[in-house]
Amino acid sequence: MSQALLDTLLATPFVSRIGVRIEQKGTELTGVLPFTDKLVGNPLIPALHGGAVGAFMEVVASASLLVSQPMARLPRPIDVAIDYLRPARAQDVYARAIVARSGRRVANVRVEAWQGRTEAPVATLHGHFLITPQGADEES
Amino acid sequence: MDPDSPDDPAEFQKRLDALAPLIVDGAPYAVSLGFKIAEITRDRAVMTTPYSEDLVGDPETGTLHGGVITALLDHCCGIAAFGGLGARHTPATLDLRIDYMRPAKPGCDITAEAHCLKSHGLVAFVRATAHDGDPDDPVAIAQAAFMISGASKAAHKRAYEAFKDAKS
Repeated sequence: MSQALLDTLLATPFVSRIGVRIEQKGTELTGVLPFTDKLVGNPLIPALHGGAVGAFMEVVASASLLVSQPMARLPRPIDVAIDYLRPARAQDVYARAIVARSGRRVANVRVEAWQGRTEAPVATLHGHFLITPQGADEES
Repeated sequence: MDPDSPDDPAEFQKRLDALAPLIVDGAPYAVSLGFKIAEITRDRAVMTTPYSEDLVGDPETGTLHGGVITALLDHCCGIAAFGGLGARHTPATLDLRIDYMRPAKPGCDITAEAHCLKSHGLVAFVRATAHDGDPDDPVAIAQAAFMISGASKAAHKRAYEAFKDAKS
């Protein structure tokens, strides 16, 4: 658990700008991306921008890593693969992450994002992140 | 905004040039991040986003958040796919895979270049790189697939009808 870094993450200019909130119940964490007009990618549908949903899932992945173990710094993405399953409508988006593996340097995370029903996800993300657990070799 | 796209390459390019401003200005998220379109042809798109302290993801280093690069690559790939698919419907992203090769240099604008490698029917395959000055030293590379969805076709039809009604 790295509460201070989680606060740092949510206060970084980009994250606070898109308005991501985190709801925490112990180590279980749900991310919320409140709808605003600025997140729209295609106003004709209207649908949220894929980049907004993708960035939101990246933030939720980082947040989940920070609550999974004490870290010395913010996780850095190595790669992400995003699947868009449905158009994300002009509504709030929620996301939850599963840390599949968190090693000494690299973590493997899966995120699912949904709107109305959890059984109907709008997008999923699978990514690797460079991490720096506290007490591990911290120089890189 | 007629439903057919011209076969003549010069006419097609004219259409892309006319639509280019709308492709960014029509997407509020792209506008809010400051995306600018630099070039658009049938199967290639170049877009930039200016460095801004508002978009920083790591206050310690001042590097842009990965999410900014994600959005830029998604949008730029989408534009290349739009051209590749005949410049009629806005395609939706099916999947997007990004490798973050290195952190972007603080203070540098980011340029994304996307190529539509292949498109047929409703699907387009796109590759892109993002760099902060030197195209041979990318900050990220991406591969994506796009599709013209039912929702996008329906939205286009509504917009076209509204446009026709407004004209008559």
